[in-house]
Amino acid sequence: MANVHDNTLERTAAKSKKGKWNQILKEKWLYLMVLPGLAYFLIFKYFPMWGIVIAFQDYSPFLGVFGSEWVGFEHFQYFFSNPDFLRLLRNTFILALYDLVFFFPAPIILALMLNEIRISIYKRALQTMVYVPHFMSWVIIASISYVFLTTGGGVVNDLIAKLIGQEINFLSSPEWFRPMIIGQIIWKETGWGTVIFLAALASVDQEQYEAAIVDGAGRFRRLWHVTLPALRSTIVILLILRLGNFLDTGFQQIYLMSNSLNRSVADVFDTYVYFVGITEGAFSYSTAVGLFKSVVGIVLIVGADRIAKKLGQGGLF
Amino acid sequence: MHRMHNTGPGRVFDIFNHVFLAVVALITVVPFLYIIGGSFATESEIATRSFFVIPNEITTAAYDYIFSTDAVLRSLGISILITVLGTAVSMILTLTMAYPLSRKTMVGRNFILNLILFSMLFGGGMIPTYLLVKGLGLLDSIWALILPVAINPFNLIIVKTFFQELPKELEDASKIDGCTEFQTFWRVMLPLSKPVIATFTLFYAVFYWNDFFQALLYLTDTTKWPIQLLLQQLVMVANMGIGDLQEAQLYEPPEESVKLAVIVIATVPILLFYPFLQKHFAKGVMLGSVKG
Repeated sequence: MANVHDNTLERTAAKSKKGKWNQILKEKWLYLMVLPGLAYFLIFKYFPMWGIVIAFQDYSPFLGVFGSEWVGFEHFQYFFSNPDFLRLLRNTFILALYDLVFFFPAPIILALMLNEIRISIYKRALQTMVYVPHFMSWVIIASISYVFLTTGGGVVNDLIAKLIGQEINFLSSPEWFRPMIIGQIIWKETGWGTVIFLAALASVDQEQYEAAIVDGAGRFRRLWHVTLPALRSTIVILLILRLGNFLDTGFQQIYLMSNSLNRSVADVFDTYVYFVGITEGAFSYSTAVGLFKSVVGIVLIVGADRIAKKLGQGGLF
Repeated sequence: MHRMHNTGPGRVFDIFNHVFLAVVALITVVPFLYIIGGSFATESEIATRSFFVIPNEITTAAYDYIFSTDAVLRSLGISILITVLGTAVSMILTLTMAYPLSRKTMVGRNFILNLILFSMLFGGGMIPTYLLVKGLGLLDSIWALILPVAINPFNLIIVKTFFQELPKELEDASKIDGCTEFQTFWRVMLPLSKPVIATFTLFYAVFYWNDFFQALLYLTDTTKWPIQLLLQQLVMVANMGIGDLQEAQLYEPPEESVKLAVIVIATVPILLFYPFLQKHFAKGVMLGSVKG
């Protein structure tokens, strides 16, 4: 109580101008400490935001931002009328949708199954194993995929050849690209994804189970009526977060798994910006593409936040 | 209590569940074991696949070859340097920034917090950041792999919330003892934050060790490549020998066992720290789910 009172006093004091300066002088160390971090945000986060102006120019590194010619929305017009635009949108959207449908439920199911294991040492051993791939880099995951899936010597393809008589070209055929990407995500992240659900499950009141048993609920009815409702708010919040980041397909993974043969389905906004911008040097055009993605991204996340608030989950931020 | 109905369909489910999860666990772990086993196998054994995980004839030829060339060792050294230096820079910046922001009396606190929040929602993107790094003369410098990603705003917010939840009486007491805010931070708050420091040190270290994107973007000089980039070139860019990377001399394409051995080398540090990682990362997830 006294604390709250002190705070209000300090705040009222801080409101008057003189009080403000006194406060700052009194706590000068705080400002010295915050300075390096603040400098980081201003230089590496805010300065590049200013750099976005080149999306409206024909930027040339020799002329610089001030010398380059302004072209208005030309790059955007070009991008939207370019067949690449629809292709990128389609690829991103389909991958995100696959991710939502096939990957999103996986950790929930695995967590529920792990939760049913009563021998704690076995459960812990399983957890220790399924968490491993989460800590590996995408380069490692991609390398392992290459070693296993390659035709003419990969273990998986040797096996497939024995079963169906021919190999499947996973690594460089457009039709296998999406299943491969989602498969990798499932393999890498399902185990780790259970952590948050297992924590939610651990906090379920045991009395609810006992009450359900008294009411004659069998195991699956308990799962349906007690366990799943306990996970509901976690599932909803993660789902909303996922929708907020809908366009964020992992650059590293897609870059590593794409090649000239599957590029038609592999290209997403981030990899396109990289290839067109960094490799081909079309700085202005690729910045415009990146800006389009950022703007859609912010709309999605703010929308997701609104939904979260409407559903009474409290906002995302 | 759960054992009450252990007959009939429940029992069948239990058996299925145990077996299914064992299979899932094996599917996640066996590829790693296969890679490790293969890196110690002879080339002919890999070709004929006469073993599953443990080769019949164990040889260290792949490792001997790798350690007889500079490329892998140098990349390993660079990765270690980036990880140690980057983690140190990130932790210093994160902790020193998080502490002031945890103090509600600080004038301008909300402004700075909003600045951070906005930067999490919107950014300049790849190209403007690249042009900035280029303009700063950091291309082909290992600082390009550290400075642009020095603070992870999520980590910063979580650490801030942690400081905020430490009892305020501690700060008041050290103030009465005549400590400056920095001394309070250094002598009182940090010693209380050891678990959080451990967690985020590991977060940053794993990020720097695993990162490939920054190196791809900012390094063209092959002698500065970290292990992840070298591995990608070795496994995915066909027929490139380790020798090509050092001095454009033509070597034979890397043998399968060499590829596997480099994968192992890039994985070892993660596996070495794995028990700590598992514990602290889980803690990080829990900390993160408490909103600041």
